Amino acid sequence: MSGVSEFAVPHPLDETGVAAAEAEAMRAICGAGDLAALKEVRLAYAGDRSALAAANRAIKSLDKSERAAAGKLVGQARGRLAQAIAGRQAELEAARAEEVLVTERVDVTLPTARQTIGARHPLELLSERIADVFIAMGWDIAEGPEVEAEWFNFDALNFGPDHPARQMQDTFYVDPASSNLVLRTHTSPVQARTLLARGVPVYVAVPGKTFRTDELDATHTPVFHQVEGLAVDKGITMAHLRGTLDHLAEAMFGQGITTRLRPSFFPFTEPSAEMDLQCFVCRGTDPHCRTCGGNGWIEWGGCGMVHPNVLVATGIDPSVYSGFAFGMGIERTAMFRHAVRDMHDLVEGDLRFSSHFGVEI
Amino acid sequence: MLIPLPWMGEYVDLEGRDGHAVAAALVSVGLEEEGVHSFGVDGPLVVGQVLSLTPEPQKNGKTIRWCQVDVGPEYNTPGNPPVPRGIVCGAHNFEVGDKVVVALAGAVLPGPFPISARKTYGHLSDGMICSERELGLGDDHSGIIVLERYGLDPDIGTDAIALLGLGEQTVEINVTPDRGYCFSVRGVAREFAHATGVEFRDPAALEIPAPTTAGFPVEVDDAAPIHGQPGCDRFVARIVRGCAAAGPSPRWMQRRLTQSGMRPISLAVDVTNYVMLEFGQPLHAYDLAGVAGPIVVRRARLNERLVTLDEVDRALDPEDLLITDSPGGQKGSRVIGLAGVMGGASSEVTDATTDLLIEAAHFDQVSVSRTSRRHKLSSEAARRFERGVDPQAAPRAVQRVIDLLIEYGGGTPDREVTDLNNVPARVAIQIAPAAASALVGVEYPAEQVEQILTAIGCKVERGAEAERGAEAELWAVTPPSWRPDLTGPVDLIEEIARIAGYQHIPSVLPTAPPGHGLSPAQRLRRSVARALAGFGLVEVLSYPFVSLDVFDRLGMAQDDPRRRALRLANPLDRGAPAMRTEIIQTLLDTVRRNVARGFTDFGLFEIGQVTLPDPDAPASAGLPPVTGRPSDADLAALHAAVPPQPRHCAGVMVGARHPAGVHGPARAADWADAIEAARAIARAAHLQLEARPTRRPPWHPGRVAELVVGDVIVGYAGELHPGALAAVDLPARAVAFEVDLEVIGQLGAGTVEAPEISTHPVAKEDFAFIVHDDVPASAVVAAVRAGAGDLVESAEVFDVYTGGQVGEGRKSVAVALRLRAPDHTLSAAEVMVARAAAIESAATKVGATLRS
Repeated sequence: MSGVSEFAVPHPLDETGVAAAEAEAMRAICGAGDLAALKEVRLAYAGDRSALAAANRAIKSLDKSERAAAGKLVGQARGRLAQAIAGRQAELEAARAEEVLVTERVDVTLPTARQTIGARHPLELLSERIADVFIAMGWDIAEGPEVEAEWFNFDALNFGPDHPARQMQDTFYVDPASSNLVLRTHTSPVQARTLLARGVPVYVAVPGKTFRTDELDATHTPVFHQVEGLAVDKGITMAHLRGTLDHLAEAMFGQGITTRLRPSFFPFTEPSAEMDLQCFVCRGTDPHCRTCGGNGWIEWGGCGMVHPNVLVATGIDPSVYSGFAFGMGIERTAMFRHAVRDMHDLVEGDLRFSSHFGVEI
Repeated sequence: MLIPLPWMGEYVDLEGRDGHAVAAALVSVGLEEEGVHSFGVDGPLVVGQVLSLTPEPQKNGKTIRWCQVDVGPEYNTPGNPPVPRGIVCGAHNFEVGDKVVVALAGAVLPGPFPISARKTYGHLSDGMICSERELGLGDDHSGIIVLERYGLDPDIGTDAIALLGLGEQTVEINVTPDRGYCFSVRGVAREFAHATGVEFRDPAALEIPAPTTAGFPVEVDDAAPIHGQPGCDRFVARIVRGCAAAGPSPRWMQRRLTQSGMRPISLAVDVTNYVMLEFGQPLHAYDLAGVAGPIVVRRARLNERLVTLDEVDRALDPEDLLITDSPGGQKGSRVIGLAGVMGGASSEVTDATTDLLIEAAHFDQVSVSRTSRRHKLSSEAARRFERGVDPQAAPRAVQRVIDLLIEYGGGTPDREVTDLNNVPARVAIQIAPAAASALVGVEYPAEQVEQILTAIGCKVERGAEAERGAEAELWAVTPPSWRPDLTGPVDLIEEIARIAGYQHIPSVLPTAPPGHGLSPAQRLRRSVARALAGFGLVEVLSYPFVSLDVFDRLGMAQDDPRRRALRLANPLDRGAPAMRTEIIQTLLDTVRRNVARGFTDFGLFEIGQVTLPDPDAPASAGLPPVTGRPSDADLAALHAAVPPQPRHCAGVMVGARHPAGVHGPARAADWADAIEAARAIARAAHLQLEARPTRRPPWHPGRVAELVVGDVIVGYAGELHPGALAAVDLPARAVAFEVDLEVIGQLGAGTVEAPEISTHPVAKEDFAFIVHDDVPASAVVAAVRAGAGDLVESAEVFDVYTGGQVGEGRKSVAVALRLRAPDHTLSAAEVMVARAAAIESAATKVGATLRS
């Protein structure tokens, strides 16, 4: 920039002089390395004291005949110069912005969570998924109380007062026994409640908490979850029961799951069955399989055709309507579906367990 | 029920199936496999002969015997010639020349207990001479097995596993309560035949003598039948004289009893047990000398007692059905047994017994079940009677007992046969042959239906087709005597489906009518759970059982209604006998568990039911009849007696909400986080919660808010009381909230109306008010809002300051007010008016002055 002052002296207003001045300025613009240098260059070559400014001022001293040509010559040169300066300005500004971004660099590998991270319980998530399967088929989701009238839990379900199955249920009774209240041993009392409240036809699923006097161990818990299903309509058959459970099994365990119905007994269904899943560890091929105990099947839950006595006790004519019901274990479903090894993990509320599942299962 | 395979194999051809294959066949007809057992003995286990024995006294006082045992050329110690094995034996019940059972090196005995040659008592003992107990054959460990005493004289070196039946398998099945007849080898064999199609040979198809009138006198005098059912409708009694009843039963019988889980005792007891296992008919053998006729079957009288065989002295209930006899001609004066449950000690067979009275009776299921339950006395007999015993089995079972007694104990039966038989005839079930197809969804031709029903023992009478037309045809099906569970058409339908095979049932999805989706309450619960997870809390599920002192530990007053918890009659843990009345009561335990596992900064939440017994509810829910829909009054009573169980949502946060780290220092979870979590719940229902200062255990009295919508309290939130935290052993400063989702759902119900969005500019006004320290910030905001009127878009406290500049007992509350009109740009004058009105309102309502 040391030569700036010498170009302050007006130059001859000829083509050569203007071109030389422009070329000189262009070199300086290109050579400006930062925004400050460019500012100096602008003052020197485009400012009032620049050669072209002086040349411009000198135009008016020319002959009228020469003024137009000289004006055009100088004006165009100044225009190109201004454009070049603006261009260079933009380049240098972009480079500076880039540099700022570089200096603002952070270590993106640092921890990012400032707040504790929440999660849902896998059994609740699984219950919701199961509910969604039934909602998608047009069923409703029904509910009932956990402290339940004995009548709903047993009598309405064809467990007579002396029925041996009533003793087998490992029931928690409410004190005093004369209150005729229990902690429901299954979600099935909601069958009777639903039939009484909604009438027929009815298609409901009931995910919920149930209670039996089993000590907590690797495969038992006194507080567990079931999903009850109840469909009562004209012409309902056991084939519909199987179809519904097969659909649920596929929704839970994926395509290719093999199921079987095995004869069993429940007071509130007749015919009754257990739904078994083929062991998906050994597929029935390992006599020493630890998952299925070697017989190739895993018990999933009980089911059957609603006993006519249940329909009668809820005021529904069994000669017109038939239905099916089932109660599948949700813990059991979770254990198979997610390879949960120990029931303790599902009931103890260790935050690592829930956190592992996040908010979707 | 344990079924030794060779036993069942006497009545059906197992066609070479092993235990697992038999179990698989039984599963297909509904007998669930519990396991397949064997003795757990593996060879070489061979017959040896004791060639010599040398008693050697030991320092420990025992005398062992150093024996040379010939186990045959194959098993003797190799050499030329092979030499007998040297074995140390501790038993003394054998002599030189006796044949014994020897486990050689490589054998495995039950335990598992592997056998190897080992140094003991100064010898290399090259095997083991076995006792019954060591082989799992019985309890006897008083000495080793001497085969001569088993009536056996096998060749030396014979495989003892085959000889003693130690290779036999036993299948254990679970019998459902409807299948009493499967508590017998006979019943299970019958089911095996159904499952496989093999022929079934009924062991009860015995020739029996006709009843006579002069047999041992028996009377049934049931003064109080239950549900109109006589307690005893059949009683068969016969006498055997001159039988060695107290001697041992044959080894094969003992082995089968042991395999079936029973202990061999004496011939008389073992034979009755054996026939019970075989036929499913409980039996009793009395010492004839100890029974004075007539036997009277009657209900107990007040204050009667009986010492049962298990040596428990029991007070009898007037509903208990008893077997009594008549000493001194006093009819029914002495109780000798609880009918169908357990005998008394007085008429037990003794070592001197030679004359026996054999009883086989049929007792009412309910009566036996109640007595068994009342006395907490389960027995093999009770288990069978309460599930139903074949009433026609009694005389055949007695015949089988007599045959076995005579075969193994000698003696002769009396000619007289007592058979009191009041068994009602089975009523035929009317069933349409197409009913099974209609309910099961499988086409069962009429021929197949008839064939299956006949196979399971029913008598089928086809209806008069011509008269009624095929559609309305009804068959009369009379179930067999051993199937009391078959009472209606659906029971027969299950039989048809079961025997035809459930595998034939197709998979068809039913078409439900259009549904309604989740209910608003169900959707709310999901939204709440998701919101709280997003808030940073982890969902857990705790057991709802609480101890009674939890209320003390949480600092609740004696009259706090939350102490009114529902009590359980039979809690698993006596320390936790009640149902929670708030979630937090059980959630705190889960929090503590996580703290104990090393977590310091976290938050948990739970959604679940709480039980709030209503003191005005009926004392009993009642048990209305099930003959039809309950009356409205009965239903109302049922519903009223069930305590309200609203769903609550509670959460607890401990330690830091923002743990210390690269982003800065820790920020502890505090009361505001608890309230904010509750607000997140309310927002899921479009509700704004107002926080009002209150006092409520277990919260800190100065740091808890009741959360209200209008005038309705929906929950509480804040910091927990330091005393409560100490009492439940949790870190200081933990915070918590508990919200009633039921109330939230009710208040938040309804469809949300769209807001009007004004695009006109906002006017912002900030104020710093000085108010008395007691004035809640919310009151200042409310006053500003009220004053500024309809133009208020929002009013928020953004700073609170106390200190010298505002004076003792006062504080500065800074409020940011945003004003906006829906339809025009606010003029300076409008803003001025609103501002002045806000200041005026704050002055009037909460005594605020503008900070200068």
